[in-house]
Amino acid sequence: MKKILTTPIKDEDIAGLHAGDVVYLNGLLVTCRDVGHRRLIELGQALPVDLRGNAIFHAGPIVVKDGDGWKIISIGPTTSMRMERFERDFIRETGVKLIVGKGGMGPETVEGCREHKALHAVFPGGCAVLAATQVERIERVEWLDLGMPEALWVCRVKEFGPLIISIDTQGNNLFETNKAEFNRLKVPAIAEISKEVRFIK
Amino acid sequence: MNMPASASPVPAPRTAPLPDKEQAARELTDIMARFTGYVGKRLPQDVLDKLAELRERETKPLAKVVYDSMFDNLEKADRLDRPCCQDTGALQYFVRAGAGFPLLGELKAILGDAVRQATKEAPLRHNAVETFVEKNTGTNTGTSIPWIDWEIVPDDDTCTIEVYMAGGGCSLPGAAKVLMPAAGYEGVVQFVFDVITSYGVNACPPLLVGVGVSTSVETAAMLSKRAILRPIGSHHPDPQAAKMEALMEKGLNDVGIGPQGMSGSASVMGVHIEASARHPSTIGVGVSVGCWAHRRGTIRFQPDLSYEILSHKGAVL
Repeated sequence: MKKILTTPIKDEDIAGLHAGDVVYLNGLLVTCRDVGHRRLIELGQALPVDLRGNAIFHAGPIVVKDGDGWKIISIGPTTSMRMERFERDFIRETGVKLIVGKGGMGPETVEGCREHKALHAVFPGGCAVLAATQVERIERVEWLDLGMPEALWVCRVKEFGPLIISIDTQGNNLFETNKAEFNRLKVPAIAEISKEVRFIK
Repeated sequence: MNMPASASPVPAPRTAPLPDKEQAARELTDIMARFTGYVGKRLPQDVLDKLAELRERETKPLAKVVYDSMFDNLEKADRLDRPCCQDTGALQYFVRAGAGFPLLGELKAILGDAVRQATKEAPLRHNAVETFVEKNTGTNTGTSIPWIDWEIVPDDDTCTIEVYMAGGGCSLPGAAKVLMPAAGYEGVVQFVFDVITSYGVNACPPLLVGVGVSTSVETAAMLSKRAILRPIGSHHPDPQAAKMEALMEKGLNDVGIGPQGMSGSASVMGVHIEASARHPSTIGVGVSVGCWAHRRGTIRFQPDLSYEILSHKGAVL
């Protein structure tokens, strides 16, 4: 059975979830990436959307004007690591409970998720039409002066996922665990190949 | 020179493009706009075949969840006629044009117009931010965007255009470095593995890895990009280079990065090497990475603008 989180997300909804678990999301998901983070954390501009208990998506969608509103064409995750510099402060400032993106995040985000009870999860990268079909509607857009990819698109989503939890509230980081394993395995692989490529004689 | 009276009349001096040339330019713009949009929506056949093979071989549960989403997404993108990944890149065209191709002089302007048209019609995400001005142009065009790489072929009147659409995520790992000869090809291997196991994990694996080996950073980097434009399954013509491609493919797969870095039975769709002769004192190495949604398309035009799509099976624009 699908494990579904619904916004507003409470601490107890996510306390029992672990890195590697797969969940889906119902409710409010707001796109927020590089400049959105920079404006709040570095420039001190108030975010025009209340994120308390809600979810953000590291994503820059393709949208088209649809009458008075907007329609999502494609929306997929972008590289979360770009937001590592801001995310711990961002979680503290906004009260966001779920951060969706692609790839792993680092130790600062892990600390932020532990201190303020939040999760980072991966939506499979490049699966932007799949994600678009799970967006019921765009409720509004803020900071459109930043252009289509960087604006804050406030989306209402239904069974949005799969979301693979990469950082949980207990300090586990799926990608750090994986990367340690990759780095261990690469040593013998390089040694093996190096024996075969001594072409300079 | 005395000419017989029956010789062809001398053409009138041309001060403006002929009307039929303008019409031909419009036709080529329209075909390239539609082809660019098409490439953003459907992956080339060699990539689809390789992904199906890797999915079949996968055994880890989380990796399978990701492969299922990938194929579900490709089906939906095709059916709904939408860009399969939202990041439709800062457009690049690799042109290999005969010196006698009739629209050679107009081609740069045509490709710019084609991008503006595709941006509206496909649609494509607005991905051209004018540097220093720090404003998104909203058209996917700007200073040197689309980026065009030219190769002119003498005594030829056809034109082959490669469209490449890379998201930011798979451009981030790109790296180049100049090694000392003492580092040898072993140093090249180390560099490639360091890049892929650190930055490649976030670049939407399974990846297509391009390696350039040359004199300096810019030549190695350009060759590494050309390497990922080669069809998957192709090999470098030099047997030692081909052996190194195979060894690195196996070695990276043994690391087991898996789709989206979830760990799994493969890391890459392939490793391609392109090389030039080089200065004896240096080994320049460049790495370019293509994500699993490797949006590459090849179209070949005859001088009358009839065309053939080489990258996608049964493509209809």
